[in-house]
Amino acid sequence: MNDELQKTVSALEERFGLHADQFRGETNLLVSSAALIELCQLLRDEFDFKLLEVLTAVDYWPEQDPRFHVIYKLYSIEKKLRIGLRVPVPGIEPTLPTLVNLFANANWREREIWDMFGIRFEGHPDLRRILMPHDWQGHPLRKDYPLGYEEVQFSFNAKEIDQDKPYAKE
Amino acid sequence: MLDQKDFAFHEMQHLVSERAFTGETMLLNMGPQHPSTHGVLRLLLELDGEVVVNCFPDIGFLHTGIEKNMEAKTYEKAAVMTDRLDYLNNLGNNLVYCMAIEKLAELDVPVRAQAIRVILTELQRISSHLVWLGTHTLDLAAISVFWYTFRERELILDINEMVSGQRMMTTYFRPGGLWRDVPVEFEAAVRAFIERFPEQIEEYAAMLSENPIFLERTKGIGILKPEDAVNWGVTGPPLRSTGVAHDLRKAEPYMGYDQYDFDVPTHTDGDTYARYLVRMEEMRQSLRIVEQAMDKLPYGPVRSNNRKFVPPPRSELSTSMEAVIHHFKLWTEGFDMPKGSVYAAAESPRGVLGVYLESDGGPKPYRVHWRTPSFDNLQVLPLLAKGHLVADLVALIGTIDFVLGDIDR
Amino acid sequence: MGIEQKAGDLGAVTMRLEQAVNWARTYAMWPMLFGLACCAIEMMAGQAAKHDMSRFGMELMRATPRQADLMIISGRVTRKMAPVLRLLYDQMPEPKWVISMGDCASCGGVFNNYAIVQGVDEIMPVDVYVAGCPPRPEALVHGILTLHEKVRGETLKTWA
Repeated sequence: MNDELQKTVSALEERFGLHADQFRGETNLLVSSAALIELCQLLRDEFDFKLLEVLTAVDYWPEQDPRFHVIYKLYSIEKKLRIGLRVPVPGIEPTLPTLVNLFANANWREREIWDMFGIRFEGHPDLRRILMPHDWQGHPLRKDYPLGYEEVQFSFNAKEIDQDKPYAKE
Repeated sequence: MLDQKDFAFHEMQHLVSERAFTGETMLLNMGPQHPSTHGVLRLLLELDGEVVVNCFPDIGFLHTGIEKNMEAKTYEKAAVMTDRLDYLNNLGNNLVYCMAIEKLAELDVPVRAQAIRVILTELQRISSHLVWLGTHTLDLAAISVFWYTFRERELILDINEMVSGQRMMTTYFRPGGLWRDVPVEFEAAVRAFIERFPEQIEEYAAMLSENPIFLERTKGIGILKPEDAVNWGVTGPPLRSTGVAHDLRKAEPYMGYDQYDFDVPTHTDGDTYARYLVRMEEMRQSLRIVEQAMDKLPYGPVRSNNRKFVPPPRSELSTSMEAVIHHFKLWTEGFDMPKGSVYAAAESPRGVLGVYLESDGGPKPYRVHWRTPSFDNLQVLPLLAKGHLVADLVALIGTIDFVLGDIDR
Repeated sequence: MGIEQKAGDLGAVTMRLEQAVNWARTYAMWPMLFGLACCAIEMMAGQAAKHDMSRFGMELMRATPRQADLMIISGRVTRKMAPVLRLLYDQMPEPKWVISMGDCASCGGVFNNYAIVQGVDEIMPVDVYVAGCPPRPEALVHGILTLHEKVRGETLKTWA
């Protein structure tokens, strides 16, 4: 690991009692949702990780606790370093504090996670659907949401599928 | 007939200021179908006369569900969908996806494949900037530039077609290298392009850079400050035009970019004209990289030999039993990736394009997330547009250079 | 040259009204400037200098549906965009034609999932389907010429 990154990670490990995970040259920290804001503030102000590069989530259904892992990747432009955070979120009423006050682009990113996964962000000024239509039901990227594909028409079932398909007449 | 209220502004009522309700400002819908929105973007504008008080982008009209669809396909089949994300940077999307797979599987890429990947990615960057220049100036009513840039773009598309058979959605980069080696006409075509292109850039610059109308319409429009840009996660030419020299090709070199000599253009003004200058200079630098890569192009294989991930050539099938077994497994089930998650990022013409890939040990990706640059770059549009006229808004949409396929995925 | 020879001494050319009307419609069909996704780039390339669609009368692309005759649906249609598309189609005055350009507009293409309408003929009647992902500009031109042939075969009652 890079020396600068090692310094940062040791400081974080000391202050928050975390453990850094190294995989394929990347550093990831498992963070609890309670420590998230403080940790990000520290990284942004003291260690210069000013760019929020990635904010996404992964669904581990049918595991319920934790069901989601929300992934943050912060980048430092001066030091050319990237650090990753993973926050486990339970499946029943998933919520997390919002990072909008620290990184402005978290606004749309958190809206996307709400839209796709159903994780609420407390303190977000405008939490509504962003990619799906505003009255859509369900959260598409969850593992228990079906892909919603149309059955492929082969010669033996072409007529049946064709009859059920809605065609516009005029 | 449809109910017009379905796409009225009701869901955005809490965002507009109180002046809109008294009638002091007007709400105008710059809808999904509009000549200048460069795709299906809906902007709700709050206007005080002609001046934009606020603008609220409404995206999602091109949401294709690619991330979920890729979870249902094997790694090799999912590569087909990657071209269609940022549809002006097809090979760049392929590249980042293959980089993520190669990082997770610790797959080697031969040097010839890396060099050809660099050549084609830089040509793709030039082609994307040509479309940007053509459509941006088309919106500013400098229509001649559109015809010229698309003429040059045809040459690059001819090279794509020669190499892979398809003009745009090539899926030419595969995990481990390339689909197949470049044909013999490739070198002549690329060299002819390198010969021809520099004077064409000068032609566009002669039409635009000192043009008083162009300067009126772009200087001082949409000034972005460096701290704001980093705070909003802006990357790519909009960030570099504010003075922050962040380019992943220099910061975290991949595919052998550290062996090529090129500059990263920056500017300090942060307005539309600065972004124009930065992208024009990027085209010149990309051409430099292509020339160096063509001169240094090494010989060798174009795909990795790791038979756990790369199918064997058909000639081996008649002699080796292992080759038959690998061929069968790879084409029916696909390759199993090690468990874990990686993040691979590259510099696309729009900014930092990254793939977060998580695997559960099976042949299909468990989660693929695309960190697309246009998503963050578009968020900054309301900040830039405040206080400008509607015509300037059109210039700003062009200068941020977003692609809706990138935003909505 | 040819017209004067055919006109003869009277200076009059006779043809069926249907033929004249269809000829006029074919040679000045204005497409609506409506690109959704990747196919739109190939449509723009089709309008550009190398493959010039102005040769076929499509000199201008009208941004407003009220002045357009032809809607080239170039790109994938999502469920969020479908009502907008239908509204645009309804706003076009008759006679109007629809070309579904590309695989995504014709049948859903590569994307078979919750977000994409599997073929734009679920929401509007299509006259010509152009296959390809994206179709080459030459393929789009072929589609347009096929549409021209279809229009030439129309009767007055089609749009009466």
